[in-house]
Amino acid sequence: MGIKIVDDKCTGCSLCVKSCPFGLIKIVSREEVGKPHPKYKKIAVIGEGCNLCGACLEPCPLEAILIEREEEKPRVDISQYKGVWVFAEQKKGEIQGVAYELLGEGRKLADELGEKLSCVLLGEGMDGAAKELIAHGADRVYQIEGSILKNFQDDPYTDVLSDLIQKEKPEIVLMGATVIGRSFASRVAARLGTGLTADCTELAIDLKARQLLQTRPAFGGNIMATITTPYNRPQMATVRHKVFKKAVKQENHQGEIIKESVDGKNLSLRTKLLDMVQDLTQTVNLADADIIVSGGRGLGGPENFNIIEELARTLGGAVGASRAAVDAGWIPYSHQVGQTGRTVCPKIYIACGISGAIQHLVGMQSSDIIVAINKDPNAPIFKVATYGIEGDLFEVVPALTKRLKEVLG
Amino acid sequence: MNFIVCIKQVPGTTDVKIDPKTNTLIREGVESIVNPFDSYAIEEGLRLKERMGGKVTVISMGPPQAESALREALSMGCDEAVLLTDRAFAGSDTLATSYTLACGIKKIGEFDLVICGKQAIDGDTAQVGPGIAEKLGVPAITYVKKIEEIDQARIKVERMMEEGYEVIETNLPALITVVKEINEPRLPSLKGMVRARKAEIHMWTASDIECEKSKIGQAGSPTIVNKIFTPPPRKGGEVLLGDPEEQAEKLVDKLRQAKVI
Repeated sequence: MGIKIVDDKCTGCSLCVKSCPFGLIKIVSREEVGKPHPKYKKIAVIGEGCNLCGACLEPCPLEAILIEREEEKPRVDISQYKGVWVFAEQKKGEIQGVAYELLGEGRKLADELGEKLSCVLLGEGMDGAAKELIAHGADRVYQIEGSILKNFQDDPYTDVLSDLIQKEKPEIVLMGATVIGRSFASRVAARLGTGLTADCTELAIDLKARQLLQTRPAFGGNIMATITTPYNRPQMATVRHKVFKKAVKQENHQGEIIKESVDGKNLSLRTKLLDMVQDLTQTVNLADADIIVSGGRGLGGPENFNIIEELARTLGGAVGASRAAVDAGWIPYSHQVGQTGRTVCPKIYIACGISGAIQHLVGMQSSDIIVAINKDPNAPIFKVATYGIEGDLFEVVPALTKRLKEVLG
Repeated sequence: MNFIVCIKQVPGTTDVKIDPKTNTLIREGVESIVNPFDSYAIEEGLRLKERMGGKVTVISMGPPQAESALREALSMGCDEAVLLTDRAFAGSDTLATSYTLACGIKKIGEFDLVICGKQAIDGDTAQVGPGIAEKLGVPAITYVKKIEEIDQARIKVERMMEEGYEVIETNLPALITVVKEINEPRLPSLKGMVRARKAEIHMWTASDIECEKSKIGQAGSPTIVNKIFTPPPRKGGEVLLGDPEEQAEKLVDKLRQAKVI
């Protein structure tokens, strides 16, 4: 088990060195490592920390790198698991947008597999919502009712979803990569002992192997990894919002609603939700926003965020900020976009007075359209911008707001 | 009280650049750092200890060189450090990592609160914190931005949500994962650095932590990385010229053509 260099094949050519996303391969003198060869003086060595991703195998022209995997057998009876499930997240009784996006994508996966698409809906008084899910393409909705499920709490949600999965055995379970999804998906997967891939941006089916190919960004989007769960079921993934298109509503789509009630007494509940506080500095939340207008150090002070807010309001968008603006205390942390803040991928991201440090870029570079407004022509933000406007943001932003008001009425 | 902080050593990202020719990450000479979110976890552990009394133990899983991350935590003021290091842990995904860290924590002994950063900046999964809680059988509260109250038996926190925050209470022992807003991490003190240099790091292997072989490393990892690739670079941008009014007009035209407004 593990990765190894085939001593007598490696020429020390160094083609593999650059392919390692973790920078773990070094070329060293064969003498130093006690592996002499009549022709070659150098050899590759792989440092500690390799996760066997296999990125180095392809560039090696000599097949001198080997990954030995233990012969693996399915760890569960895979043929028993069928169908695609979508966890339909609700807040205050309202189905969240990401659930409809998952239904759209889940439909494609289910059709490809020739299986049914089901939704799991946990809450209280969710009859209308269940019908809505059917109209958006679900063949079946497991509607689990109970006052304990009204608002999300990790324990009862984990219990109910884990039990249902064990009973019904779906092949694939998709959840939104939201606060709720990312909090309890991991507990469910850990309880079931199955694989979970976080924050996917692309899903596909390998029909031959009957596997879900889950592609996700890592290193803040600088590399992409395709991950599978070959020997365990279900294959679980959380999926980033705004990546997939919402399912289209078809009033005549038919489906089955399986309604059950749970008694809170049989579920664990070790946390107590005391209050839910709305962030009043956000009119539109960053995760849901189709348009985000962000301000950075170039704004010069907290009072100047008003021009950002006005542009955002005109577009019906949310207000974001760079770390510099948050650390300076100009705007609350909940607005921070980037590595230590939120990752966003709206349709339009307008960066005003943000230079574009890598930590900011990783949080927004998957946005569809990026507009950069900055007076420094060398600012790194221009490298990722779809449209770059070099100029004084104090002139450009108000001009943009004015123009938008004219055309949008 | 006993506080346990889980940390990960990650590549220092300020230096992560893409090689324009090969389109891969340039990692030569990149320093390893304590995952930034874990610095907030360490700081919160230290603040709780200062308020409540007790001990902060920091734990990590990784190759032997991850020792330097633990020494940094010690230099900030943590009392003890444990490194779970063994070739048998190689190839662990988030499930195997959660299990291994949970086994390590059980070996440390009684604890009141486990604190993790919300996610690591290399993998970005946010899965290991809740995974550890499941394996330890304790409640977890993720994305904590403030500890409102804590006593020997319970904790009350604010959890960041998309549209605001929730106030949640739970009994101890428990696990929380923290976001940046929770505090401002301290810098190591000179005295701390001297102490950290001499301190013993407990190095535990798979056989030290009483774990099942089938649940660690590659064997205990349901997910497999099939392929790693660099995303296609963003297509060359367009510079909009003119005075501010003209630039605004051009941009609005472009956005309307793209049918996004």
